[in-house]
Amino acid sequence: MTERIRVRTLFFGVYGEMATSREGTTDLEGGSTVADLVATLREVRGFDWLPERVVVAVNHRYAESGTILSDGDEVALIPPVAGG
Amino acid sequence: MRTRDDVEAQGVQIRTRITDESLDGLGPFEELGEFSDGAVLIFQGRVRETNDGRVVTGLGYQAYGEMAEKELRTICEEAAGRFEVGAISAAHRVGELDPGEVSVVIGVAAPHRASCYEASRYVIEEIKARLPIWKRERYADGEAVWVGAPASVAAESPPGAETHEDSGEGEA
Repeated sequence: MTERIRVRTLFFGVYGEMATSREGTTDLEGGSTVADLVATLREVRGFDWLPERVVVAVNHRYAESGTILSDGDEVALIPPVAGG
Repeated sequence: MRTRDDVEAQGVQIRTRITDESLDGLGPFEELGEFSDGAVLIFQGRVRETNDGRVVTGLGYQAYGEMAEKELRTICEEAAGRFEVGAISAAHRVGELDPGEVSVVIGVAAPHRASCYEASRYVIEEIKARLPIWKRERYADGEAVWVGAPASVAAESPPGAETHEDSGEGEA
């Protein structure tokens, strides 16, 4: 049995309004990827408004869906940016 | 909140800042570069009063603080690597802004104008493409929308949703 991990999940912009709270934590199975986290948020947490291909940052860097997560990682769910 | 970052990359002075203070004055951007820099450009992005024909009464900028600082610095370092420049200074405002206020300033000093224009353009385009900052526009009729939000998500936004604007603190 793989050890479970806990990551911080942050919701910005419009996602921050849709989520139950703008920041929290999510527990996952060890070895989970960004894609696994998104699926968990959409299906288990019920955040079906989150796009399947949502842009994500892990520890302040944009990350691909296949990125493997570690315990304590900070994951941000990033809607289309609008800076400048 | 104000954060400041001065680094040097490839001999180029780079200064970046995410701040909730006004960027309206040129002050810090007036002394860019060295005597070897013959061209200086300062780009200001300002809040427009209308967007798509609707009157904008205010704008709220939210940033993913720590990542925005890093990404802005990285963008400027990339510009310093691609173009021949002497100094790059970039600042982005967060918080509540009125029409006419400055949201972003990019200053570039370079030996010659060609690379100056190119670097200035590069930085603003990259900021718009990848800096983790979002803006919520408020209109005269009271409606407020997150600019660029996917239509499907925006449509589900709870009516009368409170705007929990932060000032861009790093913990958000």
